[in-house]
Amino acid sequence: MSSTTNPSTHHTSTIGAIGAPSRRNTELALLVFAVAIPVFAYANVGLAINNEVPAGLLSYGLGLGLLAGVAHLVVRKFAPYADPLLLPLATLLNGLGLVAIWRLDQSKLLQAIRQAGTAAPRQLMYTALGIALFVGVLLLLKDHRVLQRYTYISMVGALILLLLPLVPGLGQDIYGAKIWISVAGFSIQPGEFAKIVLAVFFAGYLMVKRDALALASRRFMGMYLPRGRDLGPILVVWAISILILVFETDLGTSLLFFGMFVIMLYVATERTSWIVFGLLMSAAGAIGVASFESHIQTRVQAWLDPMREYQLSRQGVKDGIIHSEQAMQALWAFGSGGTLGSGLGQGHSDLIRFAANSDFILATFGEELGLAGIMAILLIYGLIVERGIRTALAARDPFGKLLAVGLSGAFALQVFVVAGGVMGLIPLTGMTMPFMAYGGSSVIANWALIGVLLRISDTARRPAPAPASNPDAEMTQVVRP
Amino acid sequence: MSELTLTVMRLGFLAVLWLFVIVAVQVIRTDLFGTRVTQRGARREAARPQTGRQAAPPQQRGQQGGGRQRRNAPTKLVVTEGTLTGTTVALQGQTITLGRAHDSTIVLDDDYASSRHARIYPDRDGQWIVEDLGSTNGTYLDRSRLTTPTPIPLGAPIRIGKTVIELRK
Repeated sequence: MSSTTNPSTHHTSTIGAIGAPSRRNTELALLVFAVAIPVFAYANVGLAINNEVPAGLLSYGLGLGLLAGVAHLVVRKFAPYADPLLLPLATLLNGLGLVAIWRLDQSKLLQAIRQAGTAAPRQLMYTALGIALFVGVLLLLKDHRVLQRYTYISMVGALILLLLPLVPGLGQDIYGAKIWISVAGFSIQPGEFAKIVLAVFFAGYLMVKRDALALASRRFMGMYLPRGRDLGPILVVWAISILILVFETDLGTSLLFFGMFVIMLYVATERTSWIVFGLLMSAAGAIGVASFESHIQTRVQAWLDPMREYQLSRQGVKDGIIHSEQAMQALWAFGSGGTLGSGLGQGHSDLIRFAANSDFILATFGEELGLAGIMAILLIYGLIVERGIRTALAARDPFGKLLAVGLSGAFALQVFVVAGGVMGLIPLTGMTMPFMAYGGSSVIANWALIGVLLRISDTARRPAPAPASNPDAEMTQVVRP
Repeated sequence: MSELTLTVMRLGFLAVLWLFVIVAVQVIRTDLFGTRVTQRGARREAARPQTGRQAAPPQQRGQQGGGRQRRNAPTKLVVTEGTLTGTTVALQGQTITLGRAHDSTIVLDDDYASSRHARIYPDRDGQWIVEDLGSTNGTYLDRSRLTTPTPIPLGAPIRIGKTVIELRK
C-alpha cells in the first residue's frame, strides 16, 4: 500500500472532518448554566417576596439538576452526536417556568381563587414525567426512520387524539374550549401529543407525494397553481382544522395543525403558491367560523378592544358572554415592566388572576424582567427552532428533514400564537407556552418533541461509518481505463 | 431586603440570562459542522459554498490519475441538483451508497432511482470509483451511461434520475 491509499489523509491538515466532535461536554457545561439560572431566579423571588432565601432552594435546585443530569447521561449514552443546545435550552425554559409558577403560587390573590400553592410541585412532577418520556423516546427510538413505517397509523392515531375531546363522557369543556379529556382524575390535552404524531404522518405522506404536488402544476401570474386533484390533501387537512375550530372551539389547535401542514408542504415542494393558498384558506376559515361561533367572537372582541372588555368585566355585565379582564391586565403587566422590569417577585402579574400561570405566564416575565428579559426568552425559543431547522438541513434522508421541519415549525407556531395572543398582536387562543406554562400535557409532549429532534440530529451529525465496516470496498478491484 | 440588593439582583439576573443566550450563540458559531475548507493559494473556487448549480470550474476536470492525484484528491461529495441540493458528504475513505433504500448513505427520494442504485468508493490507489449497482434507469457520468466501475474525474457530474452529484476538492 502506497501513501496514496487514503486520499483524505493528505488533507487532514487543511480540510477538517465533518462533525466528528460529539460536543457532549459543551452540552454539560451549558446544562450546568441552565440549571444555575433558575436557581438564581428562585432565590431572587424568595428574597423579594419573603425576605429570605426560600427553604426549598436546595431541593428544588437538586431536583432540576438531577432531571437534567439524567437526561444528559442518556443523551451521552444513546445519542452521542446529538445537538448540544436543545437540551440546555429546553431545561432553562422549563426551570424559568417553574420559578414563575412558584412565584405566582405565593400570591395571596391567586391563593384566594385556587387551593394554595400546589401548582409548582405538580409542575415539577410533570417535568419529571416529561424527562422520563424524553428518555423513553431516546431509548426506544433507535432510528427516526422507523417512524416512516407508521405513516398511516400515525394519521389514524392523530385523528383519534384530536377527536377524543368530543367523545361524550370523556371530553371536558373547560372555559369554553373542548380540548381536554378527563382520565382517572387527570385532565389531558390530547392535542399536544397529536402535534408530534401528526408531524410523523405529514412527513411520511409528503415524502411520497411531494413530486406530484411540486411538479404537476401550471404557471399562472408568476405562481405555480397546483392541479385540482392535488388540492385534495390540503383541503382535507383544512376541513379537519375547521371542524376542530367549530366543535372544539379552539383557534390555537386548529391554527397549529393547518399551519404545520402548510409549512411542511412548502418545504417539501418549494412552491410559494402553497403558502398563499394556506393563508387564504385559513383566513377564510377563521372568518367564516368566527361569524357564528360566540366563543371565538368573544376572543376577537377582547383582542380588538381589551379596554372595553375590562370595563364590562368590572361592571359585571351579564349578557351571556364571559367578559374577561385578563387581556387588558396582561397588557398592563407588559407595560409596567418597561425595559428592565420590576424585578423577579416584585410585579403584580397576579392581577391577571385566572390562567396567570398557564396561558399568560409570559406576562409575568414581561413585567418582572421587562423587555430585556422577554427578548432573551423569545431568543431562547428562537434558538430551539433554529436548532430544529439546522437538524433538518443536516439530515440526509427526506423523511428526517420533513419531520424535523414539521416539529420545529409546530413549536415556532405555538410560541408565536401564544406570545402574539398574550401581547395583543393576534386574538388570544387557548394554547400554552411550551415548557414554561403550567400544564402537564404541554410539558410532557414538548419534552417528547425535543427527544425526537435529538434523535434526528444524532443520526444527521453522526460521522459516516469507518471504511472497514464495509467489506465490499475491499473485494472490488477496479480496472483502470 | 434592601432596595439596592434587589436592584443589583434584578440587573444581575438579566445579565446572566443574556450571557446564556450569548454563550449559546457562540456554541452555534463553533458548531458549523459542514465541511471546513481552508483555502489554499489560488484554489478559491473549490472553497465556494456548495449551492451553485453550475458545473465545476473547467480547470478541475480531467486531472485525475498519476502524480497529480495527491493534490487533486476530492474531499467531499456535493449534491448539485435534485431535492437534496446542497447536501455534502465528506469523503473519508468510506463507501458511499446511493439509492432509495433507507440505509443508503444518501437516500434519494426520486422515482427514477432504484433502491440500491449506485455506490462510490475509493480503490486501492485512492481513486474514487462510481459503480452502478444494476439500477433500472442507469447512472450517468457526464453524458455516458455507466456499464463498468469508472473512476470519477473531479467535478464531473454523476446523474441519477433527477439528482446530480459531483466530487469536489
